[in-house]
Amino acid sequence: MSLLLDAPLALVAIAVAIRAVAGGDAFARVAAFMAYGLVLGFIWVRLAAPDVALTEIAVGGGITGLVLLQAAGDARFSRERGVGLLYHVCAAILALGVFAALAAVVLLLPEPAPSLAPQVATNLPATDLGNPVTGVLIVFRALDTLLETVVLLVALIGVWSLSPDPLWRGRPAPLWPAPPSGALDFLARVVVPVGVLVGIYLFWAGADVPGGAFQGGAVLAAMALLAIMAGLMPAPALGGRRLRLALLAGPFAFLGVGIAGWFVADAFLDYPDGITKPLIIAVEVAITASIAVALALLVLGPPAGRKA
Amino acid sequence: MSTPTVMGLLGAALSAIGIYGLMVGRDALARLLAFNLLGGGVFLVFGVVARRGAGAGFGADPVPQALVITGIVVAFSATALAVALLRRLAELREKARAPRPAPEGEA
Repeated sequence: MSLLLDAPLALVAIAVAIRAVAGGDAFARVAAFMAYGLVLGFIWVRLAAPDVALTEIAVGGGITGLVLLQAAGDARFSRERGVGLLYHVCAAILALGVFAALAAVVLLLPEPAPSLAPQVATNLPATDLGNPVTGVLIVFRALDTLLETVVLLVALIGVWSLSPDPLWRGRPAPLWPAPPSGALDFLARVVVPVGVLVGIYLFWAGADVPGGAFQGGAVLAAMALLAIMAGLMPAPALGGRRLRLALLAGPFAFLGVGIAGWFVADAFLDYPDGITKPLIIAVEVAITASIAVALALLVLGPPAGRKA
Repeated sequence: MSTPTVMGLLGAALSAIGIYGLMVGRDALARLLAFNLLGGGVFLVFGVVARRGAGAGFGADPVPQALVITGIVVAFSATALAVALLRRLAELREKARAPRPAPEGEA
């Protein structure tokens, strides 16, 4: 019975993946990639991982797709490079080898499967969180999440540093060369208020049910981008103090709570008993804001002029 | 075949498609797309490990799930940085091809 559901999903995933790497129209390839993100989201639900499904659809398919869509619109990208037949054959042999190795690993996974689920279940009540994935992200593996927010920041600095010096504090170029149409304007006016609510809900509900800072932040970023694309608000000047504070709030709040952990709890990134939940919420609010701003700015790209 | 096995084999297939596309991609966009397909496949194999580790009342081991969420966001950061780098490269290439207006300054 389950194969009846899994086999079509798997086949569609392979079909859109092949469409995404096969040649042809750049927009069609990126559209196939965005469909790939959506199909993977369904597959993650089949694997009982709704938190990952939300992230894959919002970040993996949606926002990554938006960045690639911009690249697809840039004609300068299509500098074609031909490779020889021998190279194709070698690449195919390598790809088949990787498939065989990974398939063997999947088929020969140890029985019973190793798992950290019991440890998470034992320690989750101490965090007052109901969603084990949020517990792992914000408490048990907090260091990973802290470094991830830093990675976002470093990537953003990398993107910004590609603009010439005089533009450094200016605004990013418009996402789309054409002026916004009436339909886009209407869509943004209807969708953005609802989307902002959904983003905040995803973040807030993430403590107990699927959702969390990354999923909520991604939806909020998408809403900001929609509003900017529709011309409802201007792209922000990248030198703005409030903008930069929002970017730094997450990593620094996380780091601050982490360092305080040395003094008031037992270790770096440890939360003291009694006020665990409020501290977790404070950290989550800060990183959600920083993630939303960082994701949106990564899509908008380097400053291109129109100084603030 | 159980769901984890099917999806594990799918992850292996998607990784292989990604590697092949990464190597033979005709333009930068194709290689960037392939890189992201490869990521999706690898994450999926990890998701199978998580699903098999279901226990203690959870449908899947939460630790690999959290790591995959981290991975998806990092893959996005890398993609955004790659697109920005490629655009800058294209800009510089255009500038190099255009006739130089003044003899001052050497690129």
